[in-house]
Amino acid sequence: MLEQTRSLVALDTGAPSAGHVLPLELRRLSLETGGRRLIDSVDLKVEEPGITVILGPNGAGKSLLLRLVHGLVAPTDGIILWGGRPMDDEIRRRQAMVFQKPVLLRRTSAANITYALGLRGIARSERNSRARQALELAGLDRHAFTPARVLSGGEQQRLCLARALSLDPEVLLLDEPTASLDPASTLDIERLFIGAKHRGIKVIVVTHDVGQARRLAQDVIFLHHGRLIEHQPAGRFFDHPESDTARAFMAGGLVL
Amino acid sequence: MRGAFGRRDILKLALATFALLSLAIPISRAADNFIIVQSTTSTQNSGLFEHILPIFTKKTGIEVRVVAVGTGQALKNAEKGDGDVVLVHSQPDEEKFVADGWGVKRYPVMYNDFILVGPAADPARIAGMKQAPDALKKIAEAKAPFASRADDSGTHKAELKLWQQAGIDPKASSGSWYLETGSGMGATLNIAVGKQAYALTDRGTWLAFANKDDFKVLVEGDDKLFNQYGVILVNPAKHPNVKAKQGQAFIDWLAGPEGQAAIADYKIDGQQLFFPNARPQS
Amino acid sequence: MLDLSQAFASALRQIVTLDSQLLQIIALSLKVTLTAVAIATLLGFAVGGVLAVYRFPGRGAVAALLNALMGLPPVVAGLIVYLLLSNAGPLGVLQLLYTPGAMIIAQAILITPIVAALTRQTCEDLLEEYRDQLRSLGASSAEMVTTLLWDGRYRLTTAVLAGFGRAIAEVGAVMIVGGNIDHVTRTMTTAIALETSKGNIALALALGMILLAIALVVNIALMSIRRLAAHFAYA
Repeated sequence: MLEQTRSLVALDTGAPSAGHVLPLELRRLSLETGGRRLIDSVDLKVEEPGITVILGPNGAGKSLLLRLVHGLVAPTDGIILWGGRPMDDEIRRRQAMVFQKPVLLRRTSAANITYALGLRGIARSERNSRARQALELAGLDRHAFTPARVLSGGEQQRLCLARALSLDPEVLLLDEPTASLDPASTLDIERLFIGAKHRGIKVIVVTHDVGQARRLAQDVIFLHHGRLIEHQPAGRFFDHPESDTARAFMAGGLVL
Repeated sequence: MRGAFGRRDILKLALATFALLSLAIPISRAADNFIIVQSTTSTQNSGLFEHILPIFTKKTGIEVRVVAVGTGQALKNAEKGDGDVVLVHSQPDEEKFVADGWGVKRYPVMYNDFILVGPAADPARIAGMKQAPDALKKIAEAKAPFASRADDSGTHKAELKLWQQAGIDPKASSGSWYLETGSGMGATLNIAVGKQAYALTDRGTWLAFANKDDFKVLVEGDDKLFNQYGVILVNPAKHPNVKAKQGQAFIDWLAGPEGQAAIADYKIDGQQLFFPNARPQS
Repeated sequence: MLDLSQAFASALRQIVTLDSQLLQIIALSLKVTLTAVAIATLLGFAVGGVLAVYRFPGRGAVAALLNALMGLPPVVAGLIVYLLLSNAGPLGVLQLLYTPGAMIIAQAILITPIVAALTRQTCEDLLEEYRDQLRSLGASSAEMVTTLLWDGRYRLTTAVLAGFGRAIAEVGAVMIVGGNIDHVTRTMTTAIALETSKGNIALALALGMILLAIALVVNIALMSIRRLAAHFAYA
C-alpha cells in the first residue's frame, strides 16, 4: 500500500480543471476580534488545480483562513472570490470540508452519508447507491451498518472524507485531517484526497506537518501570525524558501 | 425544494400538538347530564354526599359533581358562574348572594351544630360549659392554643361571631396562642391535634374524622352553636351556562321529602349528623 | 397515634384486592399526566431546539425566563388556568373547568418549561460539537433543530422523565382546576390530600406509596431503554 501511495504522489497532476471555481482570490482579507488581528490583510490568488497546502506553526491562523474561504466565518475586512464570484452559500454548497476531529452523528456509517445527501436534496433512491459507492471508495463498506461513533479514529476520519466526497464537491477543504492519526491511517486519508485531486477536485489542506506538505503539495501558502509570508509552487518553496520564518520553521525550530 | 423540509416539520409538529390538545377536550365532553355544586369542605368531609347523592342520581339520572372549598370561595366561584348550585352554611352571606342577584332563591335545607373540641388535658378547663363565648374567654385568658380555620368559611365566620360575643379580638394574638391555619376543617383539625390546641368544628366533620387522638367534645348544645345550611340556584340570568332545570331539580329533591329523609338517614356510629329542616313548599 | 404497619397492611390490601375506586384514581392520574407529558414534550422539544439553534434579539432573556419558569409553583399554574377557564374568564365558553381536560392543560403548562429548558441545554451542548460540520454540510437552522433533537434523543429522555416526575407528584394545579370531584377529577395526589384532611392518615400514606411505586416503574422502564441505547453506543 505504501508503494502504491508513493507512486501516486510521484505522478504529475495534469487533471481536468476544477474550472469555474478557480481562481480563489483573497484581497486584503482580515479578521479582527477583541482588538486582535487574527488574519491580517491577506492578498493571494490560487489559480492552479491540484493540492494547495496551507502551512505554518500553530496559531498562525491556518484553520481560520480555511474557515473563511468556506464561509463558516465572516471576515471583518476584505473580500473572498471564487471564480470571480464573492463567497456565498451557493458556493459553499459546491465545497465540502473535513475537520481535524471527525464529526459524526449518532447513526450508522451509511446513515451519516445519506443524511448529508438528504441535506443536498438528493432523491432518496439515489442516496443509498451513492453512499455505498463512497463507503467502498474509503474501504468502509463492511462497516456500513455499524454505529459511526464506535469506529476507530482513523476509520471515522475516512468516513468523514467519504461523506465529503459523496457530495460531489468541486472543492475539498481539509483542516489538519490526520493530526491525531497513526501513520497507516494517515496514508489512507492522504490516498483518498489524492484520488480526489485526480478526479479534478480542487484540494486545500491545512497542516503543520512539513513532511506531509512535502508529500502532497503542489503549491504552498505559508502563514505566520495571521499574515501571508509566502505563496510559492512547492518545489521552489521547499528548496529555496524566501523568508527567514519559513526557513526556521522547516528546519524544525520554534518560530515565535 | 430543500427549504420546505424545515417548514414541513414545523407544520407536522403543530398538527400533532393540536391533535393531542383536541384529545383533551372530548375526554371531558362525555356526559352532559350533570350539575356542579359548590359546597364546603366540612360537608364533604362528613361523608354526607357519598350517602345522599347516589340516591338522587338513581332517581333522576342527573350526576352531581361536588367541588368542596370554603363557604367564601364557594360563593365567589358561583358569582363567576363556575357552578350551578351552592350549598353552604352562612346565612348572612347567602342572603347577600341572592340580594346581589347572583342567586335565585335561598332554601333552608338542614342544620347541624358546632362543637368545641380539645385535648383531654383541657388546660383552660372548659369541659361541660354551657355558653360557648364564655369558654372562648377562658381559653383566651389561659392563652391556651386554639386552631382557627381563618379561611372565610361558614365555620370560620361562626367562630368569629362567638369571639365577638365574648368581647375578645383573637387576631391580636395571631401567631402566639391563636393559630390561623387558613385551611379546611380537616386540615385544621390535624393541626389542632398536632399542637394539642382547641378548635371549633361542625359535628359532622368531627364524627367522621379519623385522627382524633385523645381529643374530646368539650362544649356543645349552646344555641349560638346552631349551624344552618342553605341551598341556592345560581342565577341563569347572570350566567347563561348554568343548568337551571337540573339545578332546580336537585334543590327540589333536596328540600323535598325524599332528600330530607336521606339526610336524616345518614349516621356515623349510630349518630345522626345533619337534621333536615326545609320548609314545606306551598 | 399513627400506626405505620397498619398503613402498609392497608396499602397492600388495596392493591391486592384491586379496589375499583383505587384503580379509577390511578388510571386518571396516569391519563392526565401522560397526556400532559406528551404535549409538553412536543412543545418543549420545539421551543428548546429553536432556542438553542436560532439567534435572535432577546434570546438570552427568553432562556432566562424559561429557566425561571421551571420553578413555577403548581398552585400558581392552577390559578392561572382556573382564571382562564372559569365561566367568568376568556375561555369559559370551552366548559373545560372541573374536567380532566383542564388538569391536562394545567400540568402541560407546568412542565413544558422544564422540558424546554433541558432540551435547550442538551441541544446547545450538541451544537458545540456539531455546528461547524452541519453548517458545512449546508443544514438550515430548522434542519439543525430536527437533527439535534434526533441525535440527542437518549439524553432527552431525561428531560421527559423530569417533566413526568414533576407532574405526577403535584397537587396544587389539579386541585384547583379539577375540583377533586369524586369519580371525575380525583387523582392520586388530590385523593391523598382529601384523606389527609379527613384524618385517614394511614390510607393517605398507602396511596402515597402506590404513587411512588408507579413513578419508580416509569423511571426503570425509561432507564432500561437508555441502557439498551448505550449498548449500541448511541448515548
